[in-house]
Amino acid sequence: MPAIIDIENLGLDAGAHLLIKHGLSSVPVGGEISVTGNAPGWEVQLSAWCRSQGHPLTFADGQASIIRSDIHAGRWRGAISSGHADPQNEGAVHEHALPCYGLAARGATIEAGSPEFSFRLNQKHVVWTDNAAELYAQAVAAQWDPDQAIDWNAPFDLADEVEDAVAQVMTYMIENENAALVVPARFLGQMHPHFREVQAVLAIQVADEARHIDVFTRRLRLRGREPALSTAGGQASLKTLLDETDFSVAGFLLSVLGEGTFVSLLNFLHAHAPDPVTRQIARLAARDEARHVAFGMAHLLHRLEFEPEFRSRLSQAVESRYEALSGTSGLNEEVFDALILLAAGEFTPAAIATGYTRVQTLMTDMAEGRLARLLRLGFEGQNAQRLSALHTRNFM
Amino acid sequence: MTRPLIMGAVAYAPKVVTIWEGFKEYFRRHDFEFDYILYSNYERQVEAQFDGKLDIAWNSPLAWVRAERMARARGQSVRAVAMRDTDCDLASVLVVRSYSDIAQTATVDSSGDLSSLVGKVIGFGAIDSPQANLIPLDHLRTRGLIAGRDYTARRFDLLSGKHGDHIGGERDAALALMAGEIDAAWMIDGNHIAFSREGILPAGATCIVARTGAYDHCNFTASPGAQSELVDRFVELLLGMAWDNPEVRPLLELEGLKAWRLGRTSGYSLLERAVNDENFYDDKGSILAGDYRY
Repeated sequence: MPAIIDIENLGLDAGAHLLIKHGLSSVPVGGEISVTGNAPGWEVQLSAWCRSQGHPLTFADGQASIIRSDIHAGRWRGAISSGHADPQNEGAVHEHALPCYGLAARGATIEAGSPEFSFRLNQKHVVWTDNAAELYAQAVAAQWDPDQAIDWNAPFDLADEVEDAVAQVMTYMIENENAALVVPARFLGQMHPHFREVQAVLAIQVADEARHIDVFTRRLRLRGREPALSTAGGQASLKTLLDETDFSVAGFLLSVLGEGTFVSLLNFLHAHAPDPVTRQIARLAARDEARHVAFGMAHLLHRLEFEPEFRSRLSQAVESRYEALSGTSGLNEEVFDALILLAAGEFTPAAIATGYTRVQTLMTDMAEGRLARLLRLGFEGQNAQRLSALHTRNFM
Repeated sequence: MTRPLIMGAVAYAPKVVTIWEGFKEYFRRHDFEFDYILYSNYERQVEAQFDGKLDIAWNSPLAWVRAERMARARGQSVRAVAMRDTDCDLASVLVVRSYSDIAQTATVDSSGDLSSLVGKVIGFGAIDSPQANLIPLDHLRTRGLIAGRDYTARRFDLLSGKHGDHIGGERDAALALMAGEIDAAWMIDGNHIAFSREGILPAGATCIVARTGAYDHCNFTASPGAQSELVDRFVELLLGMAWDNPEVRPLLELEGLKAWRLGRTSGYSLLERAVNDENFYDDKGSILAGDYRY
């Protein structure tokens, strides 16, 4: 005796098909269910629905009989499994994310014949790090609202020369942060969504940089200044970052060497900036940048573990970048001088002497930080020293 | 290269090009040369079947009726060689607003009382739509209700010559029903569900008060004198299109079927009668309907 599904007064123009589908799912292909109802015209609606679904239908004694057809199941024959949502599960993240996974959630069952998407970054070892999810969670927890986190009305009064120096440093920071936004954003659009944890890290990195550009601009305008000078050499240095097409190499140059160096600069500004607003901004931005460095390091450690020979590719990248920039002047004089003035806080010989010493210490800190990171990535001592020295004089 | 089979189809929507290009590719993969000619209306397509331009035509039921009459008048014959599973046993339904007076008194039973439709305004689809005009007019006529005498027929005429393939007329009628401009509207049974899914007919806001008998829809009509080996191979390849195959499933979905079936001609009697009673074509397939523009 087949099961009887009573759709009562629910029409198929109001969702009754769900009850019928549920009934059909409980019988095997070729199995039969009965349907009865009392909505006006339910029989003709049921005929139309069964015809569209390929299920044979007959009527007898005011009751419909439906045979479950296997045509509909045909859609899922040859469907592809795309891993698992939880990256910890075995086989969750595939080494090669297939073009036909497309935009589907990782772990979804994908119909055969789905369109192929050409996401260029589709190899796990080229983009992955196991702690990406964790880094993303930290980033989400550490987001800050500039209106809440920074006291924009904190009182300060700087000499014009020092305020000009702040404007120049902010101009330089914005330019650099534009590069730090665009580089991950470009890779983000090429990243296969199968690697969603890495996708999320890049996305929040882009959001971090947008916030930094905003707060640097607000600080710059706080005392009515316009952005100051941008040099050809500075932009040439940043352009080499945008020109790099390899995800890992770009991450190495931008995050490990560039943003790593920037963390030192931001710490310097946090310690020595002449006004409380700049100091607060620098502290918060340094925290974000440190996360970007952490991701870059984690990814490279992962890649080098599977592909140790990739280290020589990284060395070459530093060397080529050095050569490409050999005809440029590096850090612009205005930025260097502005850093001294900013660290001096006053336009007096004694203060400038202090500022100069602080900038010298900054240079040493930057070089030591770079060296430490290079050693951590497994570059041997002398080579690490050499590569650190070849890093762009523009810092980023 | 062997001579290709030339098929005619009516371009009732842009997707028609996608569909037949896909079929062309499928046939070519099976070493079968196939090409198609698109027509803007079924009348010219059917006429081309008698000029030697087409081996086969993807015909609406009304185009089939005309082709069959034209062939008979010439002492020739046409064959319905294949159709979709979804072309078999359709019905049209008359839909009213749930709380209208018609809804209170009418019953769906084919022998039921339709007297509550007297004096009402009933919406029909395009003039040449079998499912939303000709068969419904016939259905009411056989139950004693004549348009213009017993009720007012309001036609939602859209894209004449496409034989109602473009369901815009039925959709406009459904919209007019919900706007209170008409009292009832005809549509194919499947469109009643489709329009409710689209939100045009809110769930529970309408009910069915009449249904026509079952009728069949489109078929592939082989032209008089078409080479039977070509037609047979064409049909064989069509029947081999499996829903399971991801390469052809998108084409089947666009064309609205799960499987092709061999053609049958047993499901056109309601339309034959309607064509006569509504004076649409004469028995030689000449067009009689004076206000038909295509």
